[in-house]
Amino acid sequence: MQSNKLGWILLAPTLVILFFFGVLPFLYVVFVSFHQWNPFAASPEMIFNGAENFRRIVFDDAFLNSLGVTVAFVVFAVLSELIIGYLLAQAFMKEFPGKSIFRTIHTLPLIMAPIIVGSVWKLMTTPSIGIIPHYLDEWFGITMNIGTSAPAAFMTIVIMDIWHWTPLVTLTLIAALVSLPRDPFEQAQIDGANKVQTFWHITLPMIIPAVVATVFIRLMDALRTVDEVWMLTGGGPGSSTRFLGVHIFKEVFPKTNYGYGSTISVIVLYLTIVVCWLLYVSMLAPRKNRKG
Amino acid sequence: MKKRNPFLTTLFWIFISLLTLFPIYWLFVISVKPAVQLFSTPDLIVNNPYWGNYTEVLGNRLLRSYMVNSLVISTGNAVLCTVLGFFTCYALSRFQFRGKESIFFWTITNRMAPPAVFLLPLFLLMTQVYRVGDFTLLDTRIGMILVYCTFNLPFAIWTLRPTIDAIPRELDEAAYVDGASPWKVITEVVFPLCRPGLAVTLILTWVFAWNEYLLAATLTNFEARTLTTGLSEYVTTTGTEWGIMATISVFTLIPALIVFGLVQKHIVAGLTFGAVKG
Repeated sequence: MQSNKLGWILLAPTLVILFFFGVLPFLYVVFVSFHQWNPFAASPEMIFNGAENFRRIVFDDAFLNSLGVTVAFVVFAVLSELIIGYLLAQAFMKEFPGKSIFRTIHTLPLIMAPIIVGSVWKLMTTPSIGIIPHYLDEWFGITMNIGTSAPAAFMTIVIMDIWHWTPLVTLTLIAALVSLPRDPFEQAQIDGANKVQTFWHITLPMIIPAVVATVFIRLMDALRTVDEVWMLTGGGPGSSTRFLGVHIFKEVFPKTNYGYGSTISVIVLYLTIVVCWLLYVSMLAPRKNRKG
Repeated sequence: MKKRNPFLTTLFWIFISLLTLFPIYWLFVISVKPAVQLFSTPDLIVNNPYWGNYTEVLGNRLLRSYMVNSLVISTGNAVLCTVLGFFTCYALSRFQFRGKESIFFWTITNRMAPPAVFLLPLFLLMTQVYRVGDFTLLDTRIGMILVYCTFNLPFAIWTLRPTIDAIPRELDEAAYVDGASPWKVITEVVFPLCRPGLAVTLILTWVFAWNEYLLAATLTNFEARTLTTGLSEYVTTTGTEWGIMATISVFTLIPALIVFGLVQKHIVAGLTFGAVKG
């Protein structure tokens, strides 16, 4: 083994960049979160105000609304993606012509920029140019206007997210299903188990690690959703699709509420860290079991 | 269930594929329509495509400069992240440090954090702290290249680690015994063996940088604006130029589609931090 000096030289650029663009911003946002600071307010200085911002956030309706909207979105979207993704993965387990082509097409949305997904769905759903509101009106007499109707905007975002991210769930579950051993299924068939029983007692317990990993990865991504929502609705109408990321963006830039915006950032970061920690633990758990 | 006609399954997948493809097709339809036709009854079939939006976007000097910025920033960032990721993984794989695995896991936390959280601190640090005389990192290509490292560098490290770990140490050691310098070992022994892994990393980091919007929208004003931010500039509350917006979207989408075929098998592994092999 050569000297460790060379190792540190190779590591140094990475550590320096991540320090200046990852660690320092993190420490800085924590520092600012304990201050009252709005450079364009009557008192533009940065004033230390202890935990005042954190006290305020607990009673802040705008923040709580944003948190609620985000949680509702995450639950709806991730749950639907899981169910649809599982059904599609099962449909993929059989042999049929053109399988690899369909797989390729199904993977396509994953490489698309979120902002482009937002723009695609904006063109699909904006009244008067979008095709969805047009035919909803012509065939069913339903008026859909994502600019004025909060439920329509919210559901459009959920459907957009399902369109964008279900393929990831499908593909991870295919990977899990392919690696399953055949024996338990044959055994279950001999014992006369029906489909629901087979799923519940055999398939599910065996794919649980993959499901958990997928759920947490999707949770993490769903928590950081900004671009496509920003493009599609801008957080509106009102604040009905103002997810946490959008909320921070609006609080920090147009309002230049630096101190309080930092506090929201810290709280959102904390929530993400909790989710990530759970993800990490759940990913490690099956590995440990296998070893032990 | 098992005995079901494969034809039906194919039919089912054709339906799913249409659902997947239709929104993208619609984007294309809007981009080849003149503005006056947009608000009439939607046509699914384009009879005589109108390329005016394309010539307008390509002829717009501002948008052309956004395109160049996007290209420079994502290429610069992808190369930087792949090279640094390669060095980092080599160091983590071949040397013994205290807390080696902690460094490895710490890098990933940088990727997991929501970018919205870092908007303000990055903005303030880049305007006020990271400066040399009058030069600040804000609204510069080099600034954006460095900022994108926060998510792409951890990604590169995580995707390259297995590749480099899989190369037997005996090869390095044999080269050292023959009197090669460490630099020679890295560039002439390890690097050629890593080429496929490096190519995948390069392409995926490139796409992630190309696709990024939020950070570019806040950390650039004019000089270093990218194509994704240009897209949002065409969406205003007063009047959106739908055709132009669709056309810019098509231009943003094309590079991703081109490289899609090359890395298709690695996308899932990439998006799940290697937890799932696609």
